[in-house]
Amino acid sequence: MKGNRLIVIPLFAALLLLPFKGIQAAVIMFITVSAGLMLISFLRKYRIPEGFNKIKAGLQIITENSSIKNSIIPLMMIAFLVSPIFLKDYYLDVLIISGIYILLALGLNIIVGFAGLLNLGFAAYYAIGAYAYAIANTKFGLGFWPSLPLSAMFAAIAGLIVAVPALRLRGDYLAIVTLGFGEIVRLVLNNWDSLTNGPNGITEIAPPSLFGFSLGKLQHYYYIVFVFVLLSVFIIRRVELSRIGRAWKAIRENEIAASSTGINATKYKLYAFIFGTFWAGIAGILFAAKMRFVSPESFTFMESVLMLSMVILGGIGNIYGVVAGAFILALLPEVLRGVHDYRMLILGIGLVLLMLFRPQGLWGGHYRRNKKCSS
Amino acid sequence: MFVLEVSNLTKRFGGIRAVEDVGFKIRDNSIVSIIGPNGAGKTTLFNCLTGITRPTKGNILFTDKYISKLPPHKTAEMGIARTFQNIRLFSEMTVMENVMVSQHARVRYGLMSAIMKNNGFRKKEQTIREKAFEYLELVGLEEYAGDIADSLPYGSQRRLEIARAMATEPKLILLDEPTAGMNPAETSEVMTLIKKIRELGKTILLIEHDMRLVMGISNWIVVLDHGVKIAEGRPDDIKNDPLVIEAYLGREMSH
Repeated sequence: MKGNRLIVIPLFAALLLLPFKGIQAAVIMFITVSAGLMLISFLRKYRIPEGFNKIKAGLQIITENSSIKNSIIPLMMIAFLVSPIFLKDYYLDVLIISGIYILLALGLNIIVGFAGLLNLGFAAYYAIGAYAYAIANTKFGLGFWPSLPLSAMFAAIAGLIVAVPALRLRGDYLAIVTLGFGEIVRLVLNNWDSLTNGPNGITEIAPPSLFGFSLGKLQHYYYIVFVFVLLSVFIIRRVELSRIGRAWKAIRENEIAASSTGINATKYKLYAFIFGTFWAGIAGILFAAKMRFVSPESFTFMESVLMLSMVILGGIGNIYGVVAGAFILALLPEVLRGVHDYRMLILGIGLVLLMLFRPQGLWGGHYRRNKKCSS
Repeated sequence: MFVLEVSNLTKRFGGIRAVEDVGFKIRDNSIVSIIGPNGAGKTTLFNCLTGITRPTKGNILFTDKYISKLPPHKTAEMGIARTFQNIRLFSEMTVMENVMVSQHARVRYGLMSAIMKNNGFRKKEQTIREKAFEYLELVGLEEYAGDIADSLPYGSQRRLEIARAMATEPKLILLDEPTAGMNPAETSEVMTLIKKIRELGKTILLIEHDMRLVMGISNWIVVLDHGVKIAEGRPDDIKNDPLVIEAYLGREMSH
């Protein structure tokens, strides 16, 4: 660890605390954090790197050794399948929300992680998916299943509409345009009273039903979300390992070289937007059906930032990392409920530390963003 | 007979004439070198040929088709591949993946077959892998297939770029300073590689500063200076051309 980090990080943490708790708490914070960091840097010299590498090597054995893989994955499946029987409603609720965030993070990962296009307005497509079902259901009486392709399609079309003009831009400029689009969608939902009922939102959205049975219980939602998460991991993984996924990554790494090897860069960036926002649409309809209520409040800029944090935390471009990242970040607020007031503070410090010590994310490979600047 | 015919090619950036009224022809299965001092417009010429920049004026005829208005992925599809002066690998992908990407326009399948993993998909992926491996063998990088491209030493990265260009199965391959920064041993390896590529029936257009290499393997040389073609001909003629000597060494002083 570089020496200046030992001062900068505690100072940062202390400054964060200063406005809330005064100078005394800030000083204590400074001392605690620097002591902690010194301990870490001391340990790093001896054990931590090997420890982390051991964990990583262990994971690699698991992911590469097919016999272990074949036994662990079914075990996890069974654990997830039977958990609704034992879990309280509260935990089930948390798991459902995590599942929806996993879908969102996976979708965003296609755009940001695979194709390398920064998107700061992903909540917009989530909102469009949710509102598409809310409106179709309350105004036109359309059920959950017929609305499913509709929601996904609306979100994907919105993705296409933004992408066509936005893809002329690169990097930071693209990020600003997507951010703007996110705000536009939220403001439209907030103000188009006749269609969206404005800030009051749309209530009494019907739960899904199957062959006349209503699937309105938490357990039902749990299984529906579970199936969709599995489906999305399965499909996205296969696309990643195909020529389409390779084309996306090639564009991310070097657009000029990619187009010189015969890849139509514009077309594949559009594909990434459409394919990514498709999953946001599905997450949206699941959210609307589960909450049975949508309002613009659920789709703020903070949501977009949260989704991006999930992608980055887990390991940008890596499907399993992104799943883990989404799961952790969706769960963390619940775990930290006890220290309610400091929840965001702890989350923020955690993210800063992660970026300092493990910029590729928890599970990330070798992908480094700053490489792009040099080419 | 001619793979590439360039006529009146002009590229201006604002008031700067990067390439001015350049024309030349390239015979099938030959090695042609473009030489000239720094800033002569060689790389701009390459960019025009591959569609990365659009020429201001002039025609490029590739296998009897006009290509001067085509985007880069189209020229690649038609059979022009290139390497870059400053290496542009897909640095975070594996060596194998770098070469597999090049089959993009050659072996195609849709989203659905990728998701279903049907027989067509399996066969085509197999073909892509086999071909990619073949081209890695050509440049001698097959044992590094699983490594991250960025981890290769400099010389190998240059050879990987050549493998990637070859894997698009081009008729014409443009090499932009393939030996830049290499030691003499590596340079002669690349020279052998270029000859091997020619034996495979490809046509090669080369930008190079190493005169020993240029004179040793070229069938034809085009000399640019300040965007203008000042000479072209066989290596022996170019060596003794007073205009070329002047461009490289300056005018002889009269006493």
